[in-house]
Amino acid sequence: MGRKSIETLVGLFVLLGLLAIVFLALKAANLATFRVGGTYAVTAKFDNIGGLKVRAPVKSAGVTIGRVAAIALDTSSYQGTVTMELEQGIAFPTDTSAKILTSGLLGDQYIGLEPGGSEQNLKPGDQIKMTQSAVVLENLISQFLYSKAAEPAGVQK
Amino acid sequence: MNAAELLRRLGVWALGLLRGLGHSAFFLVDLVRSLPWALRRLFLTVAQVHSIGNYSLVIIAASGLAVGFVLALQGYYTLSRYGAAESLGLLVALSLVRELGPVVTGLLFAGRAGTSLTAEIGLMKAGEQLAAMEMMAVDPKERVLAPRFLAGIVAMPLLAAMFSAVGILGGYVVGVLMIGIDPGAFWSQMQSGVDVWDDVGNGIIKSVVFGIACTFVALYQGYEAQATPEGVAQATTRTVVISSLAVLGLDFVLTALMFSAPR
Repeated sequence: MGRKSIETLVGLFVLLGLLAIVFLALKAANLATFRVGGTYAVTAKFDNIGGLKVRAPVKSAGVTIGRVAAIALDTSSYQGTVTMELEQGIAFPTDTSAKILTSGLLGDQYIGLEPGGSEQNLKPGDQIKMTQSAVVLENLISQFLYSKAAEPAGVQK
Repeated sequence: MNAAELLRRLGVWALGLLRGLGHSAFFLVDLVRSLPWALRRLFLTVAQVHSIGNYSLVIIAASGLAVGFVLALQGYYTLSRYGAAESLGLLVALSLVRELGPVVTGLLFAGRAGTSLTAEIGLMKAGEQLAAMEMMAVDPKERVLAPRFLAGIVAMPLLAAMFSAVGILGGYVVGVLMIGIDPGAFWSQMQSGVDVWDDVGNGIIKSVVFGIACTFVALYQGYEAQATPEGVAQATTRTVVISSLAVLGLDFVLTALMFSAPR
């Protein structure tokens, strides 16, 4: 086989391999959904972040508009500090509230943002003041049990 | 045979093993040092990519398709019990990209390309071609081994990516066309769960490591083969056994490094 035909066949081989990698990156993985635009970071403090993980989505009205960038413990208030990266160009009022929600009954946790009515918008580095912690199943059950245990005493009176 | 004799043999065996390890380590250093030479005479490498890569294409594509088919069938059986049949695309893609693509390609590569490298170099040695090159002041490590080493490292990740891509298409054929899962859910579940760097990128890193390991074992066994027909036959067998074990062992280590940390 001549040199040229070998080079052509190897070129075809390499092309097929690169096509496969592009297919894996674009069609099988989420590279195509990456936003090219920049992001800005805001923080929020939660009493309990539950099972929230880094890279969990941040949604508003169900639309994903950012990701959780970092989670740390604030050692002065013993709250979980969550840093979120929101898409540039999507502004939220300063009195926006953040909740930790769960997708479905057993799904992953994400942060839901509910915009308020303020005229001013959140700036990069700002902190979201109003937060609602994740619902922890054990706390919920214990609250239910305590209220149940308190009930009969009230009835007897 | 008394205990002292047994101990002596054990010692000889252990020392031989250690010596082989050291010898192969020096061989690897020599190979890496002669790699730039393979870049200078690029056509030699291109010709080796042709014989290693192009001829492995058919078996890689056929195996990938078959693995994709079976993954989709078995995955559907299990997932549908939990009402999660929509996640079939995610299951097929993650298992292929993270594990099966690099590992099965590595095993096939050892069987298809590694053996032919060992046999070729072993026969070159038996025919005293390597000695003849040295007589002409041509270093056989640069002229013969380096292009093959580089070609193996280049071809392996490309083959693994093709394996995974064809496997996902096979999973699509069975899952969507035959079983009837919604194609939108198939792809969107896959895209939301497969990460470009953590999954696809680490899979490619794995396949590069396997390419280095398989090609190195094949070249070493061929170069150190006894220059007889039996010697070449034994070296070829050892290539398959050692490369396969190396791929499986390295896969465990790499998986532990890459994927064990909870995210």
